[in-house]
Amino acid sequence: MSGRVLVGVKRVIDYAVKIRVKPDRTGVVTDGVKHSMNPFCEIAVEEAVKLKEKKLVKEVVAVSCGPQQVQETIRTALAMGADRGIHVEVSGKDYETLGPLQVSKIFAALAKKEQADLIILGKQAIDDDCNQTGQMTAALLDWPQGTFASEVSFEADKLKVVREIDGGLETIKINLPAVVTADLRLNTPRYATLPNIMKAKKKKIANVKPADLGVDVCSRLEVLKVDEPPQRQAGVKVETVEDLVGKLKEAGRV
Amino acid sequence: MFPACRYYLQARRCIRTLKAVQVGHVAPQVYSTQRSSSTVPRITTHYTVYPRDKDPRWEEIEMERFADEADVVIVGGGPAGLSAAIRLKQLANQHEKELRVCVVEKASQIGAHTLSGACLEPTALNELIPDWKERGAPLNTPVTEDKFSILTEKYRIPVPILPGLPMNNHGNYLVRLGHFVRWLGEQAEELGVELYPGYAAAEVLFHEDGSVKGIATNDVGIGKDGSPKDVFERGMELHAKVTLFGEGCHGHLAKQLYKQFNLRENCEPQTYAIGLKELWVIDEKKWRPGRAEHSVGWPLNRNTYGGSFLYHLNEGEPLVALGFVVGLDYTNPYLSPFREFQRWKHHPSIMSTLEGGNRIAYGARALNEGGFQSIPKLTFPGGMLIGCSPGFMNVPKIKGTHTAMKSGMLAAETAFSKITDENLQSETAGLYIPEYKEALEKSWIWKELYAVRNIRPSFHNYFGLYGGMMYTGIFYWFLRGKEPWTLKHNGLDSAQLKPAKDCAPIEYPKPDGKISFDLLSSVALSGTNHEHDQPPHLTLKDDSVPVAHNLAVYDGPEQRFCPAGVYEYVPLETGDGMRLQINAQNCVHCKTCDIKDPSQNINWVVPEGSGGPAYNGL
Repeated sequence: MSGRVLVGVKRVIDYAVKIRVKPDRTGVVTDGVKHSMNPFCEIAVEEAVKLKEKKLVKEVVAVSCGPQQVQETIRTALAMGADRGIHVEVSGKDYETLGPLQVSKIFAALAKKEQADLIILGKQAIDDDCNQTGQMTAALLDWPQGTFASEVSFEADKLKVVREIDGGLETIKINLPAVVTADLRLNTPRYATLPNIMKAKKKKIANVKPADLGVDVCSRLEVLKVDEPPQRQAGVKVETVEDLVGKLKEAGRV
Repeated sequence: MFPACRYYLQARRCIRTLKAVQVGHVAPQVYSTQRSSSTVPRITTHYTVYPRDKDPRWEEIEMERFADEADVVIVGGGPAGLSAAIRLKQLANQHEKELRVCVVEKASQIGAHTLSGACLEPTALNELIPDWKERGAPLNTPVTEDKFSILTEKYRIPVPILPGLPMNNHGNYLVRLGHFVRWLGEQAEELGVELYPGYAAAEVLFHEDGSVKGIATNDVGIGKDGSPKDVFERGMELHAKVTLFGEGCHGHLAKQLYKQFNLRENCEPQTYAIGLKELWVIDEKKWRPGRAEHSVGWPLNRNTYGGSFLYHLNEGEPLVALGFVVGLDYTNPYLSPFREFQRWKHHPSIMSTLEGGNRIAYGARALNEGGFQSIPKLTFPGGMLIGCSPGFMNVPKIKGTHTAMKSGMLAAETAFSKITDENLQSETAGLYIPEYKEALEKSWIWKELYAVRNIRPSFHNYFGLYGGMMYTGIFYWFLRGKEPWTLKHNGLDSAQLKPAKDCAPIEYPKPDGKISFDLLSSVALSGTNHEHDQPPHLTLKDDSVPVAHNLAVYDGPEQRFCPAGVYEYVPLETGDGMRLQINAQNCVHCKTCDIKDPSQNINWVVPEGSGGPAYNGL
């Protein structure tokens, strides 16, 4: 048991910013737009740091995949309490097509290399809403997974995870090593305060390329077109139920 | 009890015109005032109004702060602050001295709170970074054409811009100032400046001898009701030999410093305007990169100072930056600068440019109009004021960036000589650097501001706008400001409003959703957001004053002059009377409310860092 936790953090467009589609319809405008750490990743980092403070794990490693700017996101994780960071360099076209499958392969390779006991990720990213990376990582590693976690605790040598599911809450016990994905109510992330940001400048961030990990980041998907959602059409008010049925029939819905 | 029936109808009208923002909030705590039996819902919970050392909820909380030392701390990562930082590091490298320079900036990234027209005069930049072109500074659009017009409701009267008039822009660049500031930040970082965006300077710290010791950043984790949350953490103290304050127009720390050191006793009060701006992607056929258009006149009457700008940018796509400026000495409380802006866009000459286009950004900011007469004392033991905070804007040119940058550079140069002077015997712990003021007086800033000092005050005459233009044409163009008199301003902007009963409400047209828009969709485009569970940072000295005075006498002008819909008068839950609702999350940090509030009851303080707008190249 190395007591090492890998936490994935993703740099995404800030949730309060209005998204604009690029004029050439290949994606959204990201240049100069305010970015921040994915909110679920903040919760994941907080959980890992809490486990370290309770002395249940020994080291928290923050990992992010992307271009130079993701180093800011890793620094925020370091300021929240992670011990060191790993920046997996992916830029340009590769970064635009980077998706859950490639990221899970990267995490799986890193988990083996770092001999991690636990991987904590956010349940999904707010830009693509895929909700796949945690699950795929667990499958690639053949590790158990506790997804949508609202509570995580150690019981003897197993991990007890309370999961938020459609019907309510489900409690499972899984063996370690394992993958956990954080849901909203897992914790309230702490602020990255300025003294901690200053200290984080001294913590190490290692640079790694996907090729070094034996991972091919070539995408199996091709984005054909990105469009804004259709403009909301004005509704029609009707006076009686007969009118409503008539209109529905006209529209071919009934 | 106030006569509810009389105000109920007016309030209903206000609410219809401003769609109510549903903010999920806990039912406001209610307390009784001593004077009357009416209850006033509690609005303000900030610790600057209700100190924490008297608050029982804060008894057990550890209030110690972590402190660090730098040589110079700069508050504000805008053109002035960054120019000062760059200049300091240039001098340090040149003289092979070690100098720790820290910049704190409340925006989440450098440039995110920057908003300006902007037409940049490159004089200061040429001095600061002569090889800016090779370094990739985003000055992509030299001005090729200047158009100036007087608008009437249907027509446009062109006014020739002769060389020598302040509105002549030959040699200047149309820029997206937010991108320029971002580039300045990169240059600063390369030189070794420590930039800390996302951390606001919330408090000025003082040595025992009264000189400025540095600043403390904002505390985090205080709840909306003013109590500490689990994640509460104290801000950090940054101590410095000298602190430069570059908070931009009407900074909140500068406001405190004016009182503390009596810096405004020998100058006129500052006067202001509000500038609202949008970015549009327009039809390529209408795009004329390099054209700078300005107008005065419609929709403002001749006694309300203001005008518009429309700049065609050359940055790849057919982009125009356009905006409207309204002097905050306007007298009619029914005036809404936002709605004047939206209305102006419907003028035939403007609409022809915008038709078929798409709006992609919106923002607003107050700007200085006081010029030469309103420059306060600039240095005090331990600190200096730079940039638009004291205010060096050339009002007829509507340019303040070049003077802000130059003031930052001069502050850096004088501070550097003082700090590195080995034989220095300072009387105070914080360094006092009056050489900064002397350097400013010898520089081109002083000559420039002196020459245009009478143009803005010349509008205070019966003919208003036309009197001012005649004065400019006669005295400035011929005499270049050498006339021996200096006109005065009209007094504080907040004292200019006439009571609502003496003024006529203005009927604004409804936004059409294509050229003009409603307030809330505009605010959404600014990307502004704040942590919702924190005390509102728009603090009121007295919670009962808005309804008792602002609403009663002036019909609540804050509902109209706020460009972000922060202030709303809504009916009390009990049904009789109104209360002020502050939607602090919408705030775009423009500072207009602090300036224009007729009761001067609103005190804008800085919210948790990284809150506020998310402007991208505005």
